[in-house]
Amino acid sequence: MTSKPPRTLFEKVWEQHEVVPESTDTPAVLYIDLHLVHEVTSPQAFQVLRSQNLKVRRPERVLATMDHSTPTDPDEVFGRVPIKVESAARQVKEFEKNCREFGVELLGLGSEYRGIVHVIGPELGATQPGKTIVCGDSHTATHGAFGALAFGIGTTEVGHVLATQCLLQRRPKTLAIEVTGKLRDGVTAKDLILAIIGEIGVSGGTGHVIEYRGSAIEALSMEERMTVCNMSIEAGARAGMIAPDETTFAYLKGRRFAPQGENWDKAVARWRELKTDPGANFDRVVTIDANNLEPMISYGTHPGMVVPITGRVPNVANDPVHSKALTYMGLNGGDALVGKAIQVVFIGSCTNGRLSDLELAANVLKGRKVASGVRVLVVPGSQQVKREAERRGLDKIFTEAGAEWRESGCSMCIGMNGDTVARGQYAVSTSNRNFEGRQGAGARTLLASPATAAAAAIHGKIADPREFLPH
Amino acid sequence: MQPIRTIESRTVVLPVTNIDTDQIIPARFLTTTTREGLGKQAFADWRYDATGASKSDFALNKPEAAGCAILVAGRNFGCGSSREHAPWALLDFGFKAVISTEIADIFGNNSLKNGLLPIVVDESTHAWLTSNPGAQVKIDLESTSIALPNGTTAKFPIEGFARYCLLNGVDELGFLLKQMPAIERYESAHPPL
Repeated sequence: MTSKPPRTLFEKVWEQHEVVPESTDTPAVLYIDLHLVHEVTSPQAFQVLRSQNLKVRRPERVLATMDHSTPTDPDEVFGRVPIKVESAARQVKEFEKNCREFGVELLGLGSEYRGIVHVIGPELGATQPGKTIVCGDSHTATHGAFGALAFGIGTTEVGHVLATQCLLQRRPKTLAIEVTGKLRDGVTAKDLILAIIGEIGVSGGTGHVIEYRGSAIEALSMEERMTVCNMSIEAGARAGMIAPDETTFAYLKGRRFAPQGENWDKAVARWRELKTDPGANFDRVVTIDANNLEPMISYGTHPGMVVPITGRVPNVANDPVHSKALTYMGLNGGDALVGKAIQVVFIGSCTNGRLSDLELAANVLKGRKVASGVRVLVVPGSQQVKREAERRGLDKIFTEAGAEWRESGCSMCIGMNGDTVARGQYAVSTSNRNFEGRQGAGARTLLASPATAAAAAIHGKIADPREFLPH
Repeated sequence: MQPIRTIESRTVVLPVTNIDTDQIIPARFLTTTTREGLGKQAFADWRYDATGASKSDFALNKPEAAGCAILVAGRNFGCGSSREHAPWALLDFGFKAVISTEIADIFGNNSLKNGLLPIVVDESTHAWLTSNPGAQVKIDLESTSIALPNGTTAKFPIEGFARYCLLNGVDELGFLLKQMPAIERYESAHPPL
């Protein structure tokens, strides 16, 4: 009897979804189990379907919601006043029409299940181990936290999946990121992924699917794992995955779209088989020691430009790109980060907009006040997160501190929905991208964890969040 | 899609590494519901100042950039967001190819599907191109090579099926739709739980 060679988690999921394996002439035809669709990257795909007289092949495998261009002001969300950004209002309308005409259920503006696609997929239990999941959004990697193969696609491919439930794909390489040891108190999943990107670089994962492994990863909650996988694309990787385990199963059990009863047991038995076999090979392996990590913050204009919060802006001689970034940021090599004045704090996004993220920030802000002149926007990742946060009184903690508490959406992470940072302002943001202009033309983004963002809100300056750790 | 065999043009050089898709087309322009007309917003925050005036020192605004169909950029071009608006904006601006030493995965895929050639070249070819802005360059998709005016040629990698589709004007969706019998077989063998 010949036994199968040991395989990685990625290889198992990939091979289970090959409708037609790849050859030298053609890519694989890969079956897609779950397609997340939102208003920004789908209109042109629906137009292609319409022009070729095609239907959505499997509407039951589409999860549609609106998040990117939607407002977070409750009056706009619930239609008491018109949506202020007119082009966004038209886009929302067009999406409602597309979903209606193509028979796709939409968790629209009034839905209690609406939210950022990468927050609602998991919370509804639609995201499951072993699935292939795509979305016209690069942060689709988030769902890999469950041991799914999840990656971002362009609008042409959104059309392919709508019409055929399949994609043409070449098999990517694999990269194991082994995180040994344990995160210290006050060091969060966000700090870990920023440190990883700082280590391997913003194109360190290009052409690869990452598997995050090791003791520090296994110790993370599902929400923390999602934060890590979410930013895989910021290292250039197609996807980031974590093997499903008891933490995964406990999170999923009983959720709306999770298998029920006998099917649950069958599913769990199948999911247990997904983890990478002992002896399986990765194309590359990188090891990171979690024991030495500190809270991290970005100083430049891409997510690999990060330092420990107690660090200084690096001096890099003769690098025009580094100089360009520092000029944009208004920083100089050698500057300390702690103590730098900031004007805006944003807590939310598909990276850090889940309940535990809001709790991290609330623990710091509880009984304290936002520094005068600082605008703090707290935006839950979904309407479900919002309700649960309110049930626990987090909204009161935020508003009593002086922060704004909003409806869910991408908000200030992408600045295309009315929530922006003004030119020249510094924003400590729990989002995923510090690119030039990402949060508004001329905005200066400093990426950090919810705890670090909350600490900055109190001081009005970049601050080490560990001063607020409970004693 | 129109078949593509060769692209011959002068180059514009943006010698910046890690140019992300938020620079190529800022998010505030993504509320569009069509593919057309994004060229005027390509690199908007690099091309125009806060008042909306054109910045004369930016490479794409210089008179010699007019009519150039090849953009030469630093390593890791197109990183970040999956927005297909990025290749749409570059095509609408007039580019037909982007040359770098490394091109981000999703941007590269999106480009191939729209007939914008993502060309990855070796360091020395790239160094020559960046130090010779405006050079007349010929990209030959048939032989997967790029010819420089100094007489040298360099090969570039490109996924074989994408190349076939570009050379023959084949629509990938049409190809996928022809796989329907295999897709149906797969679905009946893999019912959802």
